[in-house]
Amino acid sequence: MIDPNRPQPHFVLTRFIVQLFTLVLTLSLGLAVLSLPPAPVQLVDTIQANMHQSGVTNPVTAVLLNFRGYDTLLEIGVLLVAFVGVGTLRHRHQKSGLSGSDPGLILLALVRLFVPLMVLVAGYLLWAGSHAPGGAFQAGAILGAAAVLVFLSGLPLATWFQGWSFRGGLLIGFALFLCVGVGTMATNGHFLEYPREWAGFLILLIEAALTISIGLILAALFLGSPDATDAANGAKDHS
Amino acid sequence: MSQFYLYALTGMTLFGLGVYALMVYAHLIRKILAINIMGSGIFLFLVAVAQRGLGVMPDPVPHAMVLTGIVVAVSATALMLRLVTCIHCKTGRTSLPEDGRE
Repeated sequence: MIDPNRPQPHFVLTRFIVQLFTLVLTLSLGLAVLSLPPAPVQLVDTIQANMHQSGVTNPVTAVLLNFRGYDTLLEIGVLLVAFVGVGTLRHRHQKSGLSGSDPGLILLALVRLFVPLMVLVAGYLLWAGSHAPGGAFQAGAILGAAAVLVFLSGLPLATWFQGWSFRGGLLIGFALFLCVGVGTMATNGHFLEYPREWAGFLILLIEAALTISIGLILAALFLGSPDATDAANGAKDHS
Repeated sequence: MSQFYLYALTGMTLFGLGVYALMVYAHLIRKILAINIMGSGIFLFLVAVAQRGLGVMPDPVPHAMVLTGIVVAVSATALMLRLVTCIHCKTGRTSLPEDGRE
């Protein structure tokens, strides 16, 4: 049996070759960085020239949700695919590590203090995304982290992660984004090209739906099963 | 401008370290960590590239790419971790078997 924690090829020569290869790779990458020519296209100027029709004033949000909306649509698609993959791989006899044990007074007080604050921060980041750094992914990540905090403290939130309302929440970001894309295609013939006067509203709407979906997907990825029945049963067994 | 080189070269060094660990260690969770370190190196490089322009405002396109990349990396990591726990449940090992050796 090999020890997976030890560096693998035991032969000194093989490891030396691997080290040499990595060193050459890193050095050539470094050389490539040092000899990087100046950017041939200044995308900054193009973006600044078109900011007025993006509906938001934060350039990163404008790129993510307007100029390159495709990327973000596919990104939430990737999250959904990863979630489906994690859900299908659930092992039947695997016990979930999240038990319904007593969280203790201090942990409970901290969770009660932090979770509402995290939800508030997530809402603020969602709103701030239109004019400052922030947006759906940051807000969704904080929502997901709040859910993970609740799971780890042993509170039975996992029972919420099942049923059709949960699945609807997972899908709403992707579905709404796609609906808006198809809707704009029906009205002006271009996929995800918002009408200028509606752009700000549509971006906020999509971002709100994305925040819910991302938060739920990240928390569900942490739980590791589509309906979280393992964790829910675990909570029942221990109580 | 020199800041760009500092961050970009650090990113490339992280990438190299990740490649080395990915090839040398058999433990699957170490491999996942190595892939994540490679990804972090690329993200650092992209953020540095955004600052490279002569303008006052950093280029938002690489920033948006990094945001997208982080989300994809998180979901891929979750999927990889789930695969590793499956392998561990079924076979009791944390590394893949090698040809002709147990």
